[in-house]
Amino acid sequence: MSENKIRPFIPLIVFIGLCVLLGIGLGLNPREVPSPLINKPAPAFKLPQLHAPDQFLSEADMKGKVVMFNVWASWCAACRQEHGFLMELYKQNIIPIYGLNYKDEAEDAKRWLIQYGGNPYAASAHDLSGRVGIDWGVYGVPETFILDKRGMIRYKHIGPVHYQVWQETLLPIIQQLQAEPL
Amino acid sequence: MILRRLLSGLLLLGWVMTAHAGIYAFEFDDPAKEARFKRLSEELRCLVCQNQTLADSGAGLALDLRKELHQMVLRNASDEEIKTFMVSRYGDFVLYNPPVKSSTYLLWFGPFVLVVIALVILIMAIRRNRERPVKALSPDDLKRAQRLLAGKDKEV
Repeated sequence: MSENKIRPFIPLIVFIGLCVLLGIGLGLNPREVPSPLINKPAPAFKLPQLHAPDQFLSEADMKGKVVMFNVWASWCAACRQEHGFLMELYKQNIIPIYGLNYKDEAEDAKRWLIQYGGNPYAASAHDLSGRVGIDWGVYGVPETFILDKRGMIRYKHIGPVHYQVWQETLLPIIQQLQAEPL
Repeated sequence: MILRRLLSGLLLLGWVMTAHAGIYAFEFDDPAKEARFKRLSEELRCLVCQNQTLADSGAGLALDLRKELHQMVLRNASDEEIKTFMVSRYGDFVLYNPPVKSSTYLLWFGPFVLVVIALVILIMAIRRNRERPVKALSPDDLKRAQRLLAGKDKEV
Protein backbone atom coordinates (compact mmCIF):
# COMPACT_ATOMS: atom_id res chain seq x y z
CA MET A 1 0.00 0.00 0.00
CA SER A 2 1.29 3.44 -0.90
CA GLU A 3 0.01 4.88 2.38
CA ASN A 4 2.32 2.64 4.35
CA LYS A 5 5.26 3.64 2.18
CA ILE A 6 4.71 7.33 2.85
CA ARG A 7 4.00 6.89 6.54
CA PRO A 8 7.54 6.57 7.90
CA PHE A 9 8.42 9.81 6.15
CA ILE A 10 5.64 11.90 7.67
CA PRO A 11 7.78 13.11 10.62
CA LEU A 12 10.56 14.02 8.19
CA ILE A 13 8.14 15.93 5.95
CA VAL A 14 6.72 17.81 8.96
CA PHE A 15 10.27 18.58 10.13
CA ILE A 16 11.32 19.92 6.74
CA GLY A 17 8.14 22.01 6.60
CA LEU A 18 8.96 23.51 9.99
CA CYS A 19 12.53 24.20 8.88
CA VAL A 20 11.27 26.06 5.80
CA LEU A 21 8.86 28.17 7.90
CA LEU A 22 11.53 29.01 10.47
CA GLY A 23 14.02 29.76 7.69
CA ILE A 24 11.60 32.24 6.13
CA GLY A 25 11.06 33.76 9.59
CA LEU A 26 14.80 34.28 10.00
CA GLY A 27 14.98 36.03 6.64
CA LEU A 28 12.31 38.60 7.53
CA ASN A 29 13.35 41.90 9.02
CA PRO A 30 11.17 42.51 12.10
CA ARG A 31 12.09 46.20 12.05
CA GLU A 32 10.24 46.66 8.80
CA VAL A 33 6.76 47.38 10.05
CA PRO A 34 4.41 48.30 7.19
CA SER A 35 3.44 51.96 7.48
CA PRO A 36 -0.27 52.78 7.61
CA LEU A 37 0.59 56.10 5.93
CA ILE A 38 1.19 54.56 2.50
CA ASN A 39 -1.20 56.05 -0.06
CA LYS A 40 -2.30 58.70 2.42
CA PRO A 41 -1.61 62.43 2.18
CA ALA A 42 1.60 63.55 3.86
CA PRO A 43 0.87 64.57 7.48
CA ALA A 44 0.74 68.33 7.84
CA PHE A 45 3.59 70.11 9.58
CA LYS A 46 5.23 73.49 9.72
CA LEU A 47 8.73 73.64 11.13
CA PRO A 48 11.64 76.08 10.99
CA GLN A 49 14.26 75.25 8.41
CA LEU A 50 17.54 74.01 9.79
CA HIS A 51 19.63 76.45 7.79
CA ALA A 52 17.17 79.34 7.91
CA PRO A 53 15.29 79.21 11.24
CA ASP A 54 13.26 82.30 10.32
CA GLN A 55 11.77 80.44 7.35
CA PHE A 56 9.43 77.50 7.52
CA LEU A 57 9.16 74.20 5.70
CA SER A 58 5.78 72.51 5.41
CA GLU A 59 4.34 69.53 3.58
CA ALA A 60 2.87 71.97 1.04
CA ASP A 61 6.40 72.96 -0.06
CA MET A 62 6.97 69.41 -1.28
CA LYS A 63 3.90 69.27 -3.51
CA GLY A 64 3.92 69.41 -7.31
CA LYS A 65 6.93 67.13 -7.81
CA VAL A 66 8.08 63.68 -6.79
CA VAL A 67 10.35 64.10 -3.77
CA MET A 68 12.24 62.09 -1.22
CA PHE A 69 11.66 63.01 2.42
CA ASN A 70 14.53 61.70 4.48
CA VAL A 71 14.49 61.54 8.28
CA TRP A 72 17.98 62.01 9.69
CA ALA A 73 19.92 63.07 12.75
CA SER A 74 23.52 63.72 13.69
CA TRP A 75 23.28 61.13 16.49
CA CYS A 76 22.20 58.42 14.07
CA ALA A 77 25.02 56.10 13.06
CA ALA A 78 23.20 54.54 10.10
CA CYS A 79 22.61 58.04 8.67
CA ARG A 80 26.36 58.31 8.19
CA GLN A 81 26.21 55.20 5.99
CA GLU A 82 23.65 56.65 3.63
CA HIS A 83 24.91 60.20 3.59
CA GLY A 84 27.48 59.63 0.87
CA PHE A 85 24.87 58.05 -1.34
CA LEU A 86 22.41 60.89 -0.77
CA MET A 87 25.19 63.31 -1.78
CA GLU A 88 25.59 61.32 -5.02
CA LEU A 89 21.86 61.61 -5.72
CA TYR A 90 22.01 65.31 -4.99
CA LYS A 91 24.91 65.83 -7.41
CA GLN A 92 23.15 63.87 -10.14
CA ASN A 93 20.03 65.98 -9.56
CA ILE A 94 17.63 63.07 -10.01
CA ILE A 95 15.10 63.96 -7.36
CA PRO A 96 14.78 66.74 -4.79
CA ILE A 97 15.55 65.47 -1.29
CA TYR A 98 13.94 67.15 1.68
CA GLY A 99 15.08 66.37 5.20
CA LEU A 100 13.46 66.00 8.57
CA ASN A 101 16.18 66.66 11.10
CA TYR A 102 14.78 64.56 13.92
CA LYS A 103 15.39 65.28 17.62
CA ASP A 104 18.66 66.98 16.98
CA GLU A 105 20.39 70.17 18.07
CA ALA A 106 20.65 72.57 15.12
CA GLU A 107 24.35 73.22 15.72
CA ASP A 108 25.16 69.49 15.87
CA ALA A 109 23.16 68.84 12.72
CA LYS A 110 24.81 71.60 10.71
CA ARG A 111 28.28 70.57 11.87
CA TRP A 112 27.52 66.92 11.00
CA LEU A 113 26.58 67.87 7.42
CA ILE A 114 29.86 69.72 6.96
CA GLN A 115 31.85 66.91 8.53
CA TYR A 116 30.33 64.17 6.36
CA GLY A 117 30.63 65.83 2.99
CA GLY A 118 27.86 68.34 2.43
CA ASN A 119 24.16 69.06 2.47
CA PRO A 120 22.11 66.95 0.03
CA TYR A 121 18.81 68.49 1.14
CA ALA A 122 16.83 71.13 -0.70
CA ALA A 123 15.78 72.05 2.85
CA SER A 124 15.61 70.31 6.21
CA ALA A 125 12.81 70.83 8.70
CA HIS A 126 14.12 71.07 12.23
CA ASP A 127 12.02 68.79 14.44
CA LEU A 128 13.71 69.33 17.79
CA SER A 129 10.95 67.77 19.91
CA GLY A 130 10.25 64.87 17.55
CA ARG A 131 6.53 65.70 17.49
CA VAL A 132 6.36 65.85 13.69
CA GLY A 133 8.27 62.57 13.61
CA ILE A 134 5.43 61.00 15.60
CA ASP A 135 2.87 62.23 13.06
CA TRP A 136 4.94 60.62 10.33
CA GLY A 137 5.20 57.35 12.28
CA VAL A 138 8.97 57.60 12.56
CA TYR A 139 10.40 54.95 14.86
CA GLY A 140 13.89 54.31 13.55
CA VAL A 141 16.17 56.78 11.87
CA PRO A 142 17.01 56.88 8.97
CA GLU A 143 13.70 56.55 7.20
CA THR A 144 12.94 57.71 3.69
CA PHE A 145 9.50 58.52 2.31
CA ILE A 146 8.72 58.95 -1.37
CA LEU A 147 5.96 61.47 -2.06
CA ASP A 148 4.16 61.77 -5.37
CA LYS A 149 3.28 65.00 -7.15
CA ARG A 150 0.01 65.36 -5.24
CA GLY A 151 1.83 65.09 -1.92
CA MET A 152 0.75 61.53 -1.17
CA ILE A 153 3.11 59.14 0.59
CA ARG A 154 3.69 56.30 -1.85
CA TYR A 155 6.59 54.42 -0.32
CA LYS A 156 8.58 54.24 2.89
CA HIS A 157 12.04 52.80 3.20
CA ILE A 158 13.35 51.97 6.67
CA GLY A 159 17.10 51.97 7.20
CA PRO A 160 19.89 53.53 5.17
CA VAL A 161 19.45 54.11 1.44
CA HIS A 162 22.20 52.42 -0.53
CA TYR A 163 22.92 51.56 -4.14
CA GLN A 164 21.10 48.22 -4.19
CA VAL A 165 17.89 49.55 -2.59
CA TRP A 166 18.03 52.52 -4.92
CA GLN A 167 18.44 50.46 -8.08
CA GLU A 168 16.02 47.69 -7.21
CA THR A 169 13.27 49.54 -5.36
CA LEU A 170 13.42 53.30 -5.05
CA LEU A 171 14.41 54.31 -8.58
CA PRO A 172 11.70 52.22 -10.31
CA ILE A 173 9.06 53.68 -7.98
CA ILE A 174 10.33 57.22 -8.54
CA GLN A 175 10.33 56.78 -12.32
CA GLN A 176 6.81 55.41 -12.23
CA LEU A 177 5.61 58.30 -10.06
CA GLN A 178 7.35 60.89 -12.22
CA ALA A 179 5.45 59.53 -15.22
CA GLU A 180 2.11 60.00 -13.44
CA PRO A 181 0.15 63.14 -14.38
CA LEU A 182 -0.14 65.82 -11.75
CA MET B 1 39.38 39.70 37.36
CA ILE B 2 38.35 40.65 33.85
CA LEU B 3 35.02 38.94 34.37
CA ARG B 4 34.45 40.84 37.59
CA ARG B 5 35.24 44.12 35.88
CA LEU B 6 32.91 43.26 33.04
CA LEU B 7 30.14 42.37 35.47
CA SER B 8 30.47 45.54 37.48
CA GLY B 9 30.55 47.48 34.22
CA LEU B 10 27.30 45.84 33.14
CA LEU B 11 25.73 46.53 36.53
CA LEU B 12 26.74 50.17 36.30
CA LEU B 13 25.33 50.39 32.77
CA GLY B 14 22.07 48.87 33.94
CA TRP B 15 21.90 51.34 36.80
CA VAL B 16 22.62 54.30 34.54
CA MET B 17 19.95 53.18 32.07
CA THR B 18 17.24 52.71 34.71
CA ALA B 19 18.21 56.00 36.32
CA HIS B 20 17.91 57.66 32.93
CA ALA B 21 14.49 56.10 32.26
CA GLY B 22 13.24 57.13 35.69
CA ILE B 23 13.98 60.83 35.38
CA TYR B 24 10.71 61.79 33.76
CA ALA B 25 7.73 61.84 36.13
CA PHE B 26 4.17 62.08 34.89
CA GLU B 27 1.76 63.93 37.09
CA PHE B 28 -1.97 63.41 37.27
CA ASP B 29 -4.81 65.34 38.87
CA ASP B 30 -6.86 62.19 39.30
CA PRO B 31 -5.85 58.62 40.27
CA ALA B 32 -8.32 57.19 37.73
CA LYS B 33 -6.43 58.97 34.96
CA GLU B 34 -3.18 57.63 36.29
CA ALA B 35 -4.61 54.11 36.23
CA ARG B 36 -5.77 54.61 32.63
CA PHE B 37 -2.37 55.93 31.65
CA LYS B 38 -0.73 52.90 33.24
CA ARG B 39 -3.09 50.44 31.57
CA LEU B 40 -2.78 52.02 28.13
CA SER B 41 0.99 52.30 28.26
CA GLU B 42 1.07 48.58 28.98
CA GLU B 43 -1.16 47.81 25.98
CA LEU B 44 0.94 49.73 23.49
CA ARG B 45 4.14 48.47 21.95
CA CYS B 46 7.37 50.40 21.67
CA LEU B 47 8.45 50.11 18.05
CA VAL B 48 12.10 50.68 18.82
CA CYS B 49 12.48 47.74 21.20
CA GLN B 50 9.72 45.63 19.82
CA ASN B 51 9.23 43.22 22.67
CA GLN B 52 8.63 45.96 25.21
CA THR B 53 5.58 48.01 25.99
CA LEU B 54 5.63 51.78 26.10
CA ALA B 55 5.66 51.48 29.89
CA ASP B 56 8.73 49.21 29.95
CA SER B 57 10.84 50.79 27.29
CA GLY B 58 13.63 53.25 27.96
CA ALA B 59 13.85 54.29 24.29
CA GLY B 60 13.53 57.97 23.45
CA LEU B 61 10.52 57.38 21.23
CA ALA B 62 8.75 55.47 23.99
CA LEU B 63 9.20 58.45 26.31
CA ASP B 64 7.86 60.80 23.62
CA LEU B 65 4.85 58.55 23.09
CA ARG B 66 4.27 58.32 26.84
CA LYS B 67 4.22 62.12 26.87
CA GLU B 68 1.63 62.12 24.08
CA LEU B 69 -0.39 59.51 25.94
CA HIS B 70 -0.14 61.54 29.13
CA GLN B 71 -1.50 64.64 27.38
CA MET B 72 -4.34 62.67 25.82
CA VAL B 73 -5.29 61.03 29.11
CA LEU B 74 -5.24 64.43 30.87
CA ARG B 75 -7.70 65.86 28.38
CA ASN B 76 -9.92 62.78 28.74
CA ALA B 77 -9.45 61.33 25.26
CA SER B 78 -11.29 58.01 24.89
CA ASP B 79 -9.41 54.70 24.55
CA GLU B 80 -10.72 54.52 21.02
CA GLU B 81 -9.30 57.96 20.21
CA ILE B 82 -5.90 57.12 21.71
CA LYS B 83 -5.63 53.80 19.91
CA THR B 84 -6.67 55.40 16.61
CA PHE B 85 -3.96 58.02 17.12
CA MET B 86 -1.31 55.33 17.57
CA VAL B 87 -2.56 52.95 14.87
CA SER B 88 -2.91 55.67 12.23
CA ARG B 89 0.78 56.44 12.70
CA TYR B 90 2.42 53.12 13.49
CA GLY B 91 -0.07 50.48 12.30
CA ASP B 92 -1.78 47.64 14.17
CA PHE B 93 1.63 46.48 15.31
CA VAL B 94 1.57 49.04 18.17
CA LEU B 95 -1.34 47.21 19.76
CA TYR B 96 -0.39 44.26 21.90
CA ASN B 97 -3.99 43.18 21.43
CA PRO B 98 -4.43 43.31 17.66
CA PRO B 99 -7.95 43.76 16.19
CA VAL B 100 -9.72 40.81 14.58
CA LYS B 101 -9.82 41.44 10.83
CA SER B 102 -9.05 39.58 7.62
CA SER B 103 -5.28 40.13 7.84
CA THR B 104 -5.15 38.85 11.44
CA TYR B 105 -7.51 35.85 11.08
CA LEU B 106 -4.53 33.49 10.89
CA LEU B 107 -3.12 35.01 14.08
CA TRP B 108 -6.39 34.77 15.99
CA PHE B 109 -7.81 31.50 14.69
CA GLY B 110 -4.69 29.62 13.53
CA PRO B 111 -4.05 28.00 16.94
CA PHE B 112 -7.66 26.77 17.18
CA VAL B 113 -7.45 25.34 13.66
CA LEU B 114 -4.28 23.48 14.70
CA VAL B 115 -6.04 22.10 17.81
CA VAL B 116 -8.97 20.89 15.67
CA ILE B 117 -6.60 19.20 13.20
CA ALA B 118 -4.75 17.52 16.07
CA LEU B 119 -8.06 16.29 17.57
CA VAL B 120 -9.20 14.88 14.22
CA ILE B 121 -5.92 13.01 13.82
CA LEU B 122 -6.18 11.69 17.39
CA ILE B 123 -9.76 10.48 16.92
CA MET B 124 -8.87 8.82 13.62
CA ALA B 125 -5.93 7.04 15.24
CA ILE B 126 -8.09 5.81 18.15
CA ARG B 127 -10.79 4.54 15.78
CA ARG B 128 -8.32 2.76 13.62
CA ASN B 129 -6.79 1.07 16.65
CA ARG B 130 -10.20 -0.06 17.85
CA GLU B 131 -11.14 -1.57 14.51
CA ARG B 132 -7.98 -3.61 14.31
CA PRO B 133 -9.03 -7.28 14.85
CA VAL B 134 -7.50 -8.99 17.87
CA LYS B 135 -5.69 -12.09 16.75
CA ALA B 136 -6.99 -15.26 18.40
CA LEU B 137 -4.45 -17.26 20.38
CA SER B 138 -3.50 -20.70 19.23
CA PRO B 139 -4.33 -23.50 21.72
CA ASP B 140 -0.66 -23.87 22.60
CA ASP B 141 -0.25 -20.18 23.35
CA LEU B 142 -3.44 -20.20 25.39
CA LYS B 143 -2.15 -23.03 27.56
CA ARG B 144 1.16 -21.26 28.06
CA ALA B 145 -0.61 -18.06 29.02
CA GLN B 146 -2.73 -19.91 31.58
CA ARG B 147 0.37 -21.52 33.01
CA LEU B 148 2.11 -18.19 33.36
CA LEU B 149 -0.95 -16.60 34.93
CA ALA B 150 -1.21 -19.40 37.46
CA GLY B 151 2.30 -18.61 38.64
CA LYS B 152 3.86 -21.73 37.25
CA ASP B 153 6.29 -19.69 35.28
CA LYS B 154 8.89 -22.33 34.78
CA GLU B 155 9.18 -22.42 31.06
CA VAL B 156 9.85 -25.75 29.48
